Amino acid sequence: MGITTLRSKKSWIPGLTSLILLAVLATLPLYGSLYMVILITAIMMYIILTVSWAIFSGPTGYMSLASAAFFGVGIYSSAILLPNTGAVLPLLVVVALGGLISFIIALIIGIVTLRLRGIYFAIFTFGLVELIKQVLLFWEIKVAGTRGRFIGLVDNHHIFWTMLGILVLLMLTTYLIRRSKFGLALQSIGEDEEASAHTGVNVTAVKVITFAISAWFMGAAGAIIATRWTYIDPYIAFNPLFSFMPVLMAIFGGLGQIYGPILGAAILAYLEEVLITTFPYYYMLSFGIILLVVILYLPDGLVGLIRKLQRRVLGGQRANA
Amino acid sequence: MPESIVRILDVAIGGLLMGGIYALIAMGLSLQYGVARVLNIAHGEFIMLGAFATFTLYTVLGINPLLTLVIVGPIIFIIGFFLHRTLFTRLRVSAPNPDAYAASSMLATFGLLFIIQNIALLAWGADLRGYSYLNFGVSLGGAVFAANRLVTLGFAIGIGLAFYLFLARSRIGKAIRAAAQDPTTAGLMGVNINLVLALCFGLGAVMAGLAGTLLSMRIPITPNMGLNYTIIAIIIVVLGGLGSIPGSFIGGFILGIIGTIVAYKEPSLSLAAYYFIFMLLLLVRPQGILGK
Repeated sequence: MGITTLRSKKSWIPGLTSLILLAVLATLPLYGSLYMVILITAIMMYIILTVSWAIFSGPTGYMSLASAAFFGVGIYSSAILLPNTGAVLPLLVVVALGGLISFIIALIIGIVTLRLRGIYFAIFTFGLVELIKQVLLFWEIKVAGTRGRFIGLVDNHHIFWTMLGILVLLMLTTYLIRRSKFGLALQSIGEDEEASAHTGVNVTAVKVITFAISAWFMGAAGAIIATRWTYIDPYIAFNPLFSFMPVLMAIFGGLGQIYGPILGAAILAYLEEVLITTFPYYYMLSFGIILLVVILYLPDGLVGLIRKLQRRVLGGQRANA
Repeated sequence: MPESIVRILDVAIGGLLMGGIYALIAMGLSLQYGVARVLNIAHGEFIMLGAFATFTLYTVLGINPLLTLVIVGPIIFIIGFFLHRTLFTRLRVSAPNPDAYAASSMLATFGLLFIIQNIALLAWGADLRGYSYLNFGVSLGGAVFAANRLVTLGFAIGIGLAFYLFLARSRIGKAIRAAAQDPTTAGLMGVNINLVLALCFGLGAVMAGLAGTLLSMRIPITPNMGLNYTIIAIIIVVLGGLGSIPGSFIGGFILGIIGTIVAYKEPSLSLAAYYFIFMLLLLVRPQGILGK
């Protein structure tokens, strides 16, 4: 189904829309307000987390709750390499490095854990975030004698462009994976892992590499957003919310299509911004309620809802398109 | 007695005292996950609710904390039972397969976690709360323990055994064990499966709530306390073997003792030690000590 949609006659439309959108976004700092730039940076960060989560967990069905771990590793890389006392390495190198460290950690974890199936994998990855947090907390207090770290200031526009760069890279990667044999192998693992292995797919390699690629983007996003937060400690860097948010955003948007997670992340990230500023005490409460409503009434997410509406409007003509 | 033996005894009994409550919490989660197939991430929130209910009943109305057990239990049971009848039954019926249900129900409990925790924050505030009850020393083999710790251990073991006997001997217990083995076949044999699963979820919540009541007698409480106990419960349930109630009971004591030993050496690493044991366990023996 995925292939036929990609090769349909109007395949230039999504490409053109993406280019226009990219041009509008890339020039935003030239005409937008500072608030706008900061807001869009935060939204792009969530889109990166959500889409990179969906690269791995979408097709394979392995629910990873390790996003916060990779994101936090990126944040800590920035904290160590770009302290407010003077940067050790250039910004872009640190961002790439933050991603790389996450990538390597994901490779190791992937090799060890991806034989765990179903709910065990989710619990394990969640435990990983907490384990890293506790060990770092111990190290900060007992060994380094600190509680948190200050990060050197970086211009908001540079943060914006770096984040956009990571996002573009991620979209290209997602597109290439979807179009390639590698993507098909990934899809087949989700459908039936054993059958996939029998048809000659190196199941473990495909899973581990995809897991690591998704971790690179999370780490890179963490490394750049840390420069915006300026102060971090293990609780801030390894907040389990950054493991749940991508899952919620992806499910809210719908995992069936490539634009589902993007849509979900954009809407919920904006909603978070509004809720935090207007109802700070009810923010987490409303987050919980949204989560329940989505799981109960929108199992296929916004994409599923849009399709249903489309079908109703078109009178079922394209029901099986 | 020599100094070192006293110290070992001290740590061992301390672990046993913590282990009783851990065992209770884990048995509750075992019922919810092993039978009702809901990995309840909001399990700790019921502990927190039980603790705050007792705190409020004692400080505002002056009711004896041990007496609040009989008030907190039924209230939490009703909440848990209706949550399952409405939310989880709906999810179970609409899920295409058991794996999809495991994932969607776990996500739903994350939602519950945020809702319950934030309502509690609005109601009680974020401060540490506590009260003093049975706070005097009792000497045991040379070491001195607070009386409330000994009393809570006694009650934790008593409640745990009562639940175990209920599951092992009663007719409803038999239906619950049948549902744990094979829900579909149990349904065909005339077990009202939706009712039994809701009962399990409710009873699991009750065990958490009662553990919360007991905990509030010995440690300060806050609305954020739940998640740590949820994680401890998950570790114990995996340690003891999924769905094995005796496994959870024994596992609770094992983890309590390990935790106290690590805390004795390096208090800030005891949570890290739990995770480490847990991750090691998942990799080496995911079926647990008493698992099949």
